[in-house]
Amino acid sequence: MRLSKEETDELLRQIGLTEDQEIDCDQCLALVAEFAEQEACGARVRAALEAVRQHLAICGECQEEYAALCLTLDNAETKPNG
Amino acid sequence: MPRSNEQWVSRLKARQDTTLIELRGILIRNLGKALVRHSHVDEGLIEDMVQDSVMRILDRLDQFEGNSQFVTWATSIAIRVAMGELRRRRWKDVSLSQILPDANTTFAGTVDSAPPPERILMRQSMVQAMYEAMEKCLSERQRTALLAELKGMPLDEIAQRMGSNRNAIYKLTHDARKKLRTGLEAAGYTAEDINESTSEVIA
Ligand SMILES: [Zn+2]
Repeated sequence: MRLSKEETDELLRQIGLTEDQEIDCDQCLALVAEFAEQEACGARVRAALEAVRQHLAICGECQEEYAALCLTLDNAETKPNG
Repeated sequence: MPRSNEQWVSRLKARQDTTLIELRGILIRNLGKALVRHSHVDEGLIEDMVQDSVMRILDRLDQFEGNSQFVTWATSIAIRVAMGELRRRRWKDVSLSQILPDANTTFAGTVDSAPPPERILMRQSMVQAMYEAMEKCLSERQRTALLAELKGMPLDEIAQRMGSNRNAIYKLTHDARKKLRTGLEAAGYTAEDINESTSEVIA
């Protein structure tokens, strides 16, 4: 089995970011809307949402979905009412 | 017309037609924006994805905690449904054995031929320790999932081929990463060493 330099780097990066407790993809989905709104308006996210940031740094799929969600956030329908 | 989170939830729970139509319209627009980089996605496919998404959203209304706008939450679910479908299409003809033809053989990495300075030597021995931990400490399932992910296969697709689900595969790879970290620590490498080895460009 041969890993390229990029794959080896990526694995080391992920190991370096690994926490004993991490949220999984379903827990990330439950929190990502709130995380995206707070990040979009530059707010400091509440502590529980830091786990979302950590998950997004490791999980390519959740990161891809988060990036796509951010593309929708300038939409009038997603802004607070009133 | 803007409405409160509570109105969205109560009207969708009552399966109110006008609210369902409005939600569909918003999700079609939002998926159009979210998938703008996927040029092959046409309106028909988006409508199918929205249909599936609305079912999923209705199933999960009780899980909405109201910490974001309802529409943002609904859009996040629609994006998961849509991306899952796109990944399924993109990867449908690729098997695990195609991307991991030799997953259980001895690991090897690229070795530099130039005389290595100290940092490169340290990185090489760290990488060697990581490979040893991969062989010794990981189960075959952990190794397969971790390597398939490194080769770029999405978690949902790995899960489908391993008879599992995305969440369980994430947990499997999380356990694998923890074991590798422990293996590296046992070989004398600190978290700082690991982070430094990837924060610099070492040829
Ligand atoms: Zn994830």
